[in-house]
Amino acid sequence: MLSELKAKLLAESCEEYLCRLFERIEKSSLNAFTTLAKESALKEARQFDKNPDQGLLAGVPIAIKECISTRGIETNCSSKILRGYIPPYDAHVIERLKAEGAIIMGKTNMDEFAMGTSTETSCFGPTKNPWDHTCVPGGSSGGSAAVVAGGEAPCSLGSDTGGSVRCPASFCGIVGLKPTYGLISRFGLVAYANSLEQIGPLTHTVEDTALLMEVISGHDKRDSTSAKGERRSYLPGLGEGISGLKIGIPKEYFGEGVNKDVEKAVWDGIHTLESQGASWQEISLPHTRYALAAYYVIAMSEASSNLARFDGLRYGSRMGEDKDWHTTFSAIRAQGFGPEVKRRIMLGTYALSAGYYGRYYLKALKVRTLIKEDFLRAFKEVDLLASPTMPIPAFKIGERINDPLSLYMADVFTVPINLAGVPAISVPCGFAGHLPIGLQLIGPHFGEAAVLRAAQAFEAATPFHEAKPEVI
Amino acid sequence: MEDVIIGLEIHVQLNRLQSKMFCGCSTAYHNSPPNSHTCPVCLGLPGSLPVINKKAVEYGIKVGLALSCKIEEETLFYRKNYYYPDLPKGFQISQYDYPLATQGHIMILGDDDKERNIRINRAHMEEDPGRLVHAGTIDKAKYTMVDYNRCGMPLLEVVTEPDLSSPKEARAFLDKLKSILEYLDVFDGSQEGSMRVDANISLKGGDRSEVKNISGFKGVEKALSYEITRQRNLARRNIKVVQETRHFDELRKITVSIRSKVGAHDYRYYPEADLTVMRIASWVPAIKATLPELPDAKRERFVKQYGLADDHAKSLTSEIRVANFYEAVAAKAAPKLAAVWIADVLKGELNYRDLSIESFSEKHMTEIVQMLEKAKITENGAVQIIRELLDKKEGSPQEIVQSKGLGKAEDDAVQKAVKEAVAESAAAVADYKAGSERALNFIVGLVMKKTRGKASAGEVHRLVKEEVEKA
Ligand SMILES: [Zn+2]
Repeated sequence: MLSELKAKLLAESCEEYLCRLFERIEKSSLNAFTTLAKESALKEARQFDKNPDQGLLAGVPIAIKECISTRGIETNCSSKILRGYIPPYDAHVIERLKAEGAIIMGKTNMDEFAMGTSTETSCFGPTKNPWDHTCVPGGSSGGSAAVVAGGEAPCSLGSDTGGSVRCPASFCGIVGLKPTYGLISRFGLVAYANSLEQIGPLTHTVEDTALLMEVISGHDKRDSTSAKGERRSYLPGLGEGISGLKIGIPKEYFGEGVNKDVEKAVWDGIHTLESQGASWQEISLPHTRYALAAYYVIAMSEASSNLARFDGLRYGSRMGEDKDWHTTFSAIRAQGFGPEVKRRIMLGTYALSAGYYGRYYLKALKVRTLIKEDFLRAFKEVDLLASPTMPIPAFKIGERINDPLSLYMADVFTVPINLAGVPAISVPCGFAGHLPIGLQLIGPHFGEAAVLRAAQAFEAATPFHEAKPEVI
Repeated sequence: MEDVIIGLEIHVQLNRLQSKMFCGCSTAYHNSPPNSHTCPVCLGLPGSLPVINKKAVEYGIKVGLALSCKIEEETLFYRKNYYYPDLPKGFQISQYDYPLATQGHIMILGDDDKERNIRINRAHMEEDPGRLVHAGTIDKAKYTMVDYNRCGMPLLEVVTEPDLSSPKEARAFLDKLKSILEYLDVFDGSQEGSMRVDANISLKGGDRSEVKNISGFKGVEKALSYEITRQRNLARRNIKVVQETRHFDELRKITVSIRSKVGAHDYRYYPEADLTVMRIASWVPAIKATLPELPDAKRERFVKQYGLADDHAKSLTSEIRVANFYEAVAAKAAPKLAAVWIADVLKGELNYRDLSIESFSEKHMTEIVQMLEKAKITENGAVQIIRELLDKKEGSPQEIVQSKGLGKAEDDAVQKAVKEAVAESAAAVADYKAGSERALNFIVGLVMKKTRGKASAGEVHRLVKEEVEKA
């Protein structure tokens, strides 16, 4: 799709295309964009129309999740405490996008500090699912998924700490990739749980995701966890087919708790892959049942430290009256953070406290190692793993927001991937009624090329990526 | 002081490095406007990430080796979580388990005038927080300003075992540590706040108090002395010492309790996942090869090579710049005489004026020692020349000798007297040439009479001998 769009932009007018998008956004009721960079985007579009450049994404508008730093454009993580913060620098991925000619349209709604599965914890209110406005778009990159599915942007970037790209991709019927930890620089990504998260693309097609990966992946010396080595290429391998590919079906990812429509659509998907020349076998990831607990201990512990810098002193909202430092910053944090963020900071602080550190944090790290070993073992036998992305389709806005545990449970098939640091993609594989369902394909570390190739073969054999929600 | 137990934690800025610990900002922030040496990383802006300054770790290892520490195979950074306005991330990147270096020691001269081994528990790296500027005193300030220029400066924290037993020993330890750091060229002690000390102090059997953030070595001695007196007074009145953190008020020269709202410190240390583990064992051989001659070794060499007294050798080697100054002079002038004049006179005059050795030129010192050697000036004259050079900051020893009549005029008189005396004593000259060494004494006596005893007998003896041999 992006390749056709690029041709169209060259043949017609980038400015007009962008104007139509902004018109649509301004009329939209999705509440998916939070900040629009209309002026700078249109200026760049006019520039492109006058003098089209040759970048991989020349003239392509893109929407960016609120937690990715954009120079001169407010970056607030959908949190009251960061309202008004305008970064003086671009994240690495933004630099890469700009270098290849992409046009930053604006910022998209998310769960506050990426803590959520529904984009309901945002200080801007919930984003709506383009397929059903009474449903959530998934989260935490709900805004980034909704703008693509709703036709407000051709592509977007999200971030994935425990499923935050794949879950909304699944709920909104689009493609979303969580790359291998270290493949994409996190420089400029506002940290929630820094040992788990990666930036990832959200697009209509697998090819588009591969194209964005070409642009944003690669080593960055400003991120010490960024993988060294040659830049990898993802586009050339697409279309090579999957004949002989061995797919593992982790038995722990099916059965109890999985919606019947989801299970059927995923199995149909596996059979489609089989018809394309792949084979499948059941395998076991025995430590799966400990993943959620370990994930939440690690993520909350890291969050308690990562979010300590927000005190209203240097940037963001300075609410209330100035009293002594301790009172003032405590009051600002009390007013600035929403309840879910506070819950996670408090639980994380507790888990790292003297006397509990060994019992919670260290134990969670041990589980993390076991889970990683599960995957390493599986990938000795098979090339990829296939599972549902989410055990359920999108749920109603408000349905689970007061029941954090049931929300946490929805991440059961996405968090083990972040704990292991491996890549996984969600591709549309059917519908439960009118709501999309996602198939998750998981690869070994730095196995993005294989993941994308299989996802593209699947996409080529199925019609689901072509389905569009009725725009209201 | 047999009942006093002191342990020190010394925060040393590795300020000879060009850039900060985790970002590219320059370390030369002194005399710059506040917050001008900052970037997203050291300001802890959302989304910024630290990158280890490898050179800083190399410097840390260098210090570890110089303190005879064991260097760990692997080392990693931790987050030390606490809230303070000088800490923009809400945590400090520091070390916890697997610090850079452990189990070292430093030799100092103890109170009993014997060499004592002070054990080093560990040395680890961390980032310096920013600097708070209070409007007034810490407890009465209406507002506080924050300067993040210092934030992210590479710090090495050296932790001793509680092996020190008096404020004087603590001072001796700090002097020695500073000396070693300057020898390694990793540290410049002349920068304000470049070395800050936390001291743990207790009387045998009592609880300890911690006096935090004392800057300046005199400050450490004063804070410790105050604290010992305070604890002794409490003991005398049968009041238990409370285990607490105290602040040294430099103006009032007392320590005051800091009632921290954070309460009992739980820093929630956990590994910093934004940085990776460093395998440093393989770095050690190359760094070891760059270690210079350290103070103790230099001192021994000075005794052997130049035949110096041990106290002179010690005094000359305590500062690398003084040691280098001495060797430059000793290469061109009598080494023993140079040692006496640099260690006993020049250092004293510098100290008195609060000046460093850079305030005096090697060339001038060499000339002075040479003139002393040839007795062209008296000791008194040499002291006057040194003072004149330090106070007026102009001229050369030669010029001062001339303008102040410190020698040359007298020399002429002596020379003249020698010539006359030799001419008048033909018989004595003949006796000397015939082999009577004692015949010279007659001529020397004559010269002394002519100069009214102003000339030095030894010098006259030498001049007479020269003149007679010419004749
Ligand atoms: Zn900096």
